[in-house]
Amino acid sequence: MSVNGAATDDLPAQMGVHAAARAGARAASLAPSMVLGASYIGFGSYVGAHGLGLDYALFSTVTAWALPGQLAATELYLAGSGLLAVALAVALANMRLAPMTVVMMPVVHVPGRAAWRTYAAAFYVAVTCWAMTMMTAPRLARADRLAWFVGCSLMLWTASLVGTVIGFYAAEFLPKPLTLALVFLNPLYFMLLFLQDLRDRSRIYALVSGAALGIPFHLLTPDWGLLIAGLAGGTLAAILARRGPRSPG
Amino acid sequence: MSGFEFSPSSAYAAACVAAVATYFWRAFGVAIGARLDLKGRVFEWFASVAYAVLAALVVRLIVFPAGELAHMPLAARLGAAGIALGAYAVGRKSIFAGCFAGASTIAVAAIWLAQ
Repeated sequence: MSVNGAATDDLPAQMGVHAAARAGARAASLAPSMVLGASYIGFGSYVGAHGLGLDYALFSTVTAWALPGQLAATELYLAGSGLLAVALAVALANMRLAPMTVVMMPVVHVPGRAAWRTYAAAFYVAVTCWAMTMMTAPRLARADRLAWFVGCSLMLWTASLVGTVIGFYAAEFLPKPLTLALVFLNPLYFMLLFLQDLRDRSRIYALVSGAALGIPFHLLTPDWGLLIAGLAGGTLAAILARRGPRSPG
Repeated sequence: MSGFEFSPSSAYAAACVAAVATYFWRAFGVAIGARLDLKGRVFEWFASVAYAVLAALVVRLIVFPAGELAHMPLAARLGAAGIALGAYAVGRKSIFAGCFAGASTIAVAAIWLAQ
C-alpha cells in the first residue's frame, strides 16, 4: 500500500508548526466538529439519563477520548462489573487504535524530533482526525504534519467536550427523532470519509473485505467480530493487493 | 438529572481503567509504527487491517447499532445509508450533503414510525 507522499519530502514549503496547527484546526472546525459533537451529545445524554454526573462524562471524554470505549466503560460500570471486565471490554473496543496509529506514524513522523512528542500526540488518535490526517498530510511539508494533526484533533476534542455538555443537559428536551439523527451521523460520516479517500487498490480491497466480513463475524461472536473481521479482511486484502499488478503511486 | 452532584469514586476508577486501556493501544501503535519500513509487507498488512477494521466498524454501526438506533428497523437504517450515498454522489462528493440527507431520512422514518 502506498501511503502517499510519505516517501518523498519534495512537496510544499514548510509553514511552521503554529500555522500548521491552525490549518488543522480550521480543517476540523465545521462539518467534522459538528458530526463528532453530535455523537458526543449521544454520550452526554446517555450519562445524564443513567444518573452519573457531568463530571464523570467530561472526565471520560478528556482522559479516554474514543467513543466506543467510553460507552463500553460506562455501560459496564452501570451494570456493576468489576474493573478487570471494564479494562478488557475497553481494550477490545478500542483495539483498532493500534493499527491506525501504526499506519499514521510513518506519515506524520518528523525525523529528529523527541519521541515524547509523538507519544503525546498519539493520545489524540481517533477515527475522524486520523482519516483527515491520512488524507491531508501527504500534501504538507513533513515538518508540519504532526502539528496539523494535533491542531485538527484539539478542535475535534473541544467539539466532543462541548457535545458532552450539551447532551448531558439537553437529553430530556431533545425530540427523539433528532437524537436518532444525531447518533446516526457518525457512521454516515465515517462511511463517506473513507469513500472520499479511495486512492489505491489495496485500500479498496481492505474496505470491501472488512465490510463484507463484518456482518458474519459479528453474528458469530459480537465481542470479537470486529477484530476478527479486521484481521481476516486486512490479511486477505494485503494478499490480493500483492498478487495483482501494483497500483500506481 | 444529576446536575452538579459528583459521580462516585468507583465511576472514576472505571474511567481511569478505561483511559489506560485506551492509551495502551495508541502507545503500542507508536512503538511499532516508528520501527516499520513504509514499503515493507508488515506495514502494508497493518494498513490493510486498519482500513478493514474501520469498514467493519461502519457496517456494525449501521447494521447492528447499540442503544436507541437498534429500535429503528434495519430497512430504515439501510435506506438512510443508501440515501446518504446517493446524495453524496449527486452532490459532487459533498460529505455534508450525504450526512444531511442520511440523517434526515432517519429522523423522518422515526417520526413516521411513531405515528
